[in-house]
Amino acid sequence: MLEIRRVRKQFGGFTAVDDVDVTVEVGTIHALIGPNGAGKTTVFNLVTGVLPPTSGRIAFRGTDVTGWRPDRITGLGVARTFQNIRLFREMTAVENAMVARHCRTRGGFLRALARLPWREPVSERETRRRAEELLEVVGLSGRRDALAEDLSLVEQRRLELARALAVEPALLLLDEPAAGMTPPEIRELNRLIRKIRETGVTVLLTEHHMSLVMEVSDVVTVLSYGRKIAEGPPAAVRRHPRVLEAYLGPGA
Amino acid sequence: MLLQQLVNGLMLGSAYALIAIGYTLVFGVLKLVHLAHGEVFMVGAFVGLQIVLWFGVGAGVALLGALVGTALLGMVIELVAFRPLRARGAHFLAPMISTIGVGIVLQEVATKVFGAEQVGFPHRMEAVTFHLGPVTVTSVQLLILGTSVVLMAALHVFVTRTALGMAMRATAESLLTARLLGIKTNGIILLTFAIASGLGGAAGVLIGLSFNAISPFMGIDIGVKGLAIMLVGGLGNIYGAMAGGLILGIIEILSVAYLASSYRDAFAFALMILILLFRPQGLFGSAYHVEG
Amino acid sequence: MLDQYRESLLIFLGINVVLALSLYLPASAGLLSLGQGGFMAIGAYVSAILTAWVGVPFVVALVGAGLAAGLVGLLTGFPALRIRGIYLIILTMGFGEIVRIFFLNFEPTGGASGFGGLAHLTGLGAVTVVVLLLLVFAVQVRGSRIGRALEAVREDELTAEVMGINLTRVKLSAFGLGAVWAGLGGALYAHHALFIDAGQFGFFRSAEIFLIVLLGGLGSPWGAVVGAAVVTLLPELLRPIQEWRMTFFGSLLVIMMVLRPWGLVGRSRRRMVHG
Repeated sequence: MLEIRRVRKQFGGFTAVDDVDVTVEVGTIHALIGPNGAGKTTVFNLVTGVLPPTSGRIAFRGTDVTGWRPDRITGLGVARTFQNIRLFREMTAVENAMVARHCRTRGGFLRALARLPWREPVSERETRRRAEELLEVVGLSGRRDALAEDLSLVEQRRLELARALAVEPALLLLDEPAAGMTPPEIRELNRLIRKIRETGVTVLLTEHHMSLVMEVSDVVTVLSYGRKIAEGPPAAVRRHPRVLEAYLGPGA
Repeated sequence: MLLQQLVNGLMLGSAYALIAIGYTLVFGVLKLVHLAHGEVFMVGAFVGLQIVLWFGVGAGVALLGALVGTALLGMVIELVAFRPLRARGAHFLAPMISTIGVGIVLQEVATKVFGAEQVGFPHRMEAVTFHLGPVTVTSVQLLILGTSVVLMAALHVFVTRTALGMAMRATAESLLTARLLGIKTNGIILLTFAIASGLGGAAGVLIGLSFNAISPFMGIDIGVKGLAIMLVGGLGNIYGAMAGGLILGIIEILSVAYLASSYRDAFAFALMILILLFRPQGLFGSAYHVEG
Repeated sequence: MLDQYRESLLIFLGINVVLALSLYLPASAGLLSLGQGGFMAIGAYVSAILTAWVGVPFVVALVGAGLAAGLVGLLTGFPALRIRGIYLIILTMGFGEIVRIFFLNFEPTGGASGFGGLAHLTGLGAVTVVVLLLLVFAVQVRGSRIGRALEAVREDELTAEVMGINLTRVKLSAFGLGAVWAGLGGALYAHHALFIDAGQFGFFRSAEIFLIVLLGGLGSPWGAVVGAAVVTLLPELLRPIQEWRMTFFGSLLVIMMVLRPWGLVGRSRRRMVHG
């Protein structure tokens, strides 16, 4: 599904991602973990086209997307949530989800003109229906018309998820989806992620909540200071000496 | 011939530099563009003119008077259009839009008070010409160059050697840190406006003398040109502004001498647009300031 | 029906609504332009050339004016793509000045003496039709896919792009279309004022248009009507304001910024610019 080949990202003298190789298989839930500053979010930014890699290749479903613009990559079927929540604050929940349908629909100014005032065009109705469906999935139906900025933190995270799903991605990138959640909420998130996988979406997530990572992932890749130091099923990785060292310090 | 044009360009450019420095000072301290600065320049020219007309004194006194007068005006502008917005934590564009309003007010008031036509300095101020080798300069041009050099040098010394100057640089680097260090940032900002506006007013008198044309409408043109120079020189960079001003002055004079004269004013804007497109941090700025 | 004076006032009101909408459209994508006067000038002069020299019907002149302004809008839109916030404002100011200086010196259209002797082709009917068309357009856009895209771009460009929106296409079309409408406004203006010169389309004009949109807020296209009404009609009702028109507008700008940066109309949730 996703191939990250010898990718490096340098900012001036600082190497955020150093020769990283990751392959995400179709239909898996793949976790990317590592201490703060390990380069996880940078990898996300590279995959979604927000940043161009300094060197290396990124391929999605066989297509080389290295250096592509973000909206083109999204069009291919990649969607993401943001660690620090980047919702469109002045739009309602349903509008946020509807916006994400942009790359799956068509129509610009001319199509807008053709809209008859007393009847919503089919594509609009369809967009709205899909958006509301997704809000239902994440449990936000009741807050459909609330402004994004008026939602609680957990509701905002759910909306981020719904919005990303509205893109109809084949690959979903979740950037610390459990941040700030209580254990019951994390269990709910776990359930949701599995449900998403069941619909055929591949998931790549970064997280600090080890319990969630261990329970939900099929494969775990560990980064430290921009380098991959371990990869494998959760049970193997958690006992890996270099991983322990990265998190707990030398001599752990 | 070319040498003569270069000299002329230098003279004009040094006056431009003064205006650009004013913009740069305010931007450096507040990270905002003072869009009424051009009108302050215009007011300076009129103040200088009025002083000459009322008191019959020479250019030097007029210059001084304009400097002081516009410095005061600058402080008023800060208190009325910038400070209240800072206090309210308004969006970053709000103060700049507010200065657009101030500029408009200044221009119309000047039109009503002084009339809309162009006026000039009285005859007694006519220039004396000197011949220095292949080059001819007028006393007015020497005054412009001299004043600009003195003012820029004074500014340089002030900013690098005095405690107040360093306080200003500290505030420009980081308002918060400066405040934490006990610097009275509000006072520093007021001082910055005073200096910036004073320089602008002085430039007003100098340009007014140079072209012998003062009108309430000279502000907008110069205003946008000053902006262009600041952008070309690099935002927040005083020395960049000086260099940018000189460059523009030379380009304008050369364009008058060798190309179609009437499109002269467009060069500033064309240059600015080019810079915005290809090197937004200006010729001497750092890339840091670029994100709007 | 209406005396000539009142009719003229309404026509100016309509023209101001058109101009306000011309800024409203790009502004709703976060593109603040202080150079709409420049596009207005292009529309005015092109339409004048078409009616006075080529002798085409008014409708053709209108279309020509809009297209010409739109073309220039697309050209200037490209640099605008990479620039935001205050830089864009300055860039558009510079553009406006360049256009003004151009027409000031362009002898074939009169240069500094201006272009006069235009026929009065702008009737109340014509203006009303154009205003209604543009208002309907703007309202239709608002609740549509492209309208959502515009707003997303305004709120958070980066996220909008990641969500699959092509920034270039959205920004260029908003900017270009805004230029077309400003050109229409210019053409309507030219054939009502009957005389145009470069000075009428300078910075003051752009600032006035900006003020109208500011007053009306970005919450809804109807704000443009409210803003235009305030700016056009208020000076007529209050004598002192009429004589000190620009001082009034300038002070209004300052006061608006201090008290209500987001305009009189539209839900307060609509902020003016990128947060």
